[in-house]
Amino acid sequence: MLTREKLIEKALLLLALSAIGSLALITIFIFLEGLPIILKTGLSHFIFGAHWAPTKGHFGILAMILSSLYVTLGALIFGVPLALGCAIVLAEFAPPSLTRILKPTIELLAGIPSVVYGFLGVILLVPLIRTYLGGPGLSLLAASLILGIMILPTVISISIDAMHAVPTLYREGSIALGATQWQTVRKLVLPAARSGIITAIILGMGRAIGETMAVIMVAGNALSIPTSILDSVRTLTANIALELGYASGAHREALFATGIVLFIIIMILNTAATLIAGRR
Amino acid sequence: MNPDIITIRHLDLYYGRFHALKNINVSFARQRITALIGPSGCGKSTLLRVLNRMNDLIDGVSITGQVLIDGENIYHRETNLMQLRKKVGMVFQRPNPFPLSIYDNIVYGPTLHGRPNRNQLEEILVRSLKAVHLWDELKDRLGQSALSLTEEQQQRLCIARLLAVEPEILLMDEPCSALDPLATLQLEDLMQELAKAYTIIIVTHNMQQAARVSSDTGFMLLGDLVEFGPTSAIFTRPRDERTEDYISGKYG
Repeated sequence: MLTREKLIEKALLLLALSAIGSLALITIFIFLEGLPIILKTGLSHFIFGAHWAPTKGHFGILAMILSSLYVTLGALIFGVPLALGCAIVLAEFAPPSLTRILKPTIELLAGIPSVVYGFLGVILLVPLIRTYLGGPGLSLLAASLILGIMILPTVISISIDAMHAVPTLYREGSIALGATQWQTVRKLVLPAARSGIITAIILGMGRAIGETMAVIMVAGNALSIPTSILDSVRTLTANIALELGYASGAHREALFATGIVLFIIIMILNTAATLIAGRR
Repeated sequence: MNPDIITIRHLDLYYGRFHALKNINVSFARQRITALIGPSGCGKSTLLRVLNRMNDLIDGVSITGQVLIDGENIYHRETNLMQLRKKVGMVFQRPNPFPLSIYDNIVYGPTLHGRPNRNQLEEILVRSLKAVHLWDELKDRLGQSALSLTEEQQQRLCIARLLAVEPEILLMDEPCSALDPLATLQLEDLMQELAKAYTIIIVTHNMQQAARVSSDTGFMLLGDLVEFGPTSAIFTRPRDERTEDYISGKYG
């Protein structure tokens, strides 16, 4: 009996390690593939170079880094206020029966394939922007709006959990001092849930910066540093997906190097989220 | 001035279909300590929460009857709940300081109800903390988290936080149940002091505590207020057999 128990324990451990193993493999692989070209081009040249002409040997990804950052920032500007408002209503004001229905519904948003978001963006949002705001329509603005919606389920769901984790005892104490429900939320629940909410926003950021398909479909993918929100942009992820099919040699390595940059950005975000969530 | 600050008439309370308080009629005296005793589930905490309408937060509660505080029915449609709860403060079973600094805990209430300036807040801070004998211990660490205090200090801080909004009535729901015997005695001393200026209603399952601190005692059982009177009379010459059985330890 005991040996069988041990055996199962070992098998489970192996399964757990396999997940970490694949992470390690991915890391090693992209670094092996991508690092040589960074070293050859020079790190600062690679990151701060604005000229990307891989077939001619120019590997500067600054335009794409900036585009990724702008698109992510835009997604936060649109998505976070909406998500927080929604989370506050569902966590604090809506009757629990309504929250029980609405929260899973919002979480369904996360299950919609990103190509569907992109499709909706192309047929609904892009023409609207082109008609009413000008420019090509396929733009930084379109990508930000679509991503703003795509990060909603992540930010809402984790924010609600963070607010629910604030003990009822605190709320009662506040109400018993004569606070209104809104005062209680603003002065007590939000500060108490702050680390959870920041974590939610950072994870939303990670989702926005890593999103590929929807962005390719609505961002226009022009290779330049955007000067207006109506400009067409190409993000880091979009560039990898668009060019990997025909890239070879140094070009292919440069795409892996782009992957390294993304990998490091996401690692930083996730580490920050974990550190903040762990702080109480 | 009417010596009774609170008068309850024909109060019935239901949680859904459960009849939790049955035709309660009683008056509580001003600037006295009144204790409500009885076994678990007898409705004493529910009765306490009737007085600041904290039961309103629970779904499915229905209440009939009158609760007059200074002659005003607090269950009138136009009652301002914020004003009511400012006047009728509550101390909870488990100390519940907010996860903020000691300073922010004290100024929390006053800034809900107005815009006091820095000097006024300072004055409130000193007065409230002195009233619960925490000032000397805490005056140099006001910026620290209130959660770093001991349980007894936390409960005192909760009382100070309450005093900061200048209530008239303090509802205490088993305020010593998280405290050790020595801390309990010290908190009881504080209650006696506070009763000079405030009306205190305390719910306790500790009969000795009721006997030590209160002027009047009510004994509750299964939603009935079985007997109410001066504490000395309740404990030495109870009129109702059920009170006598409870006090002599036959059940509960």
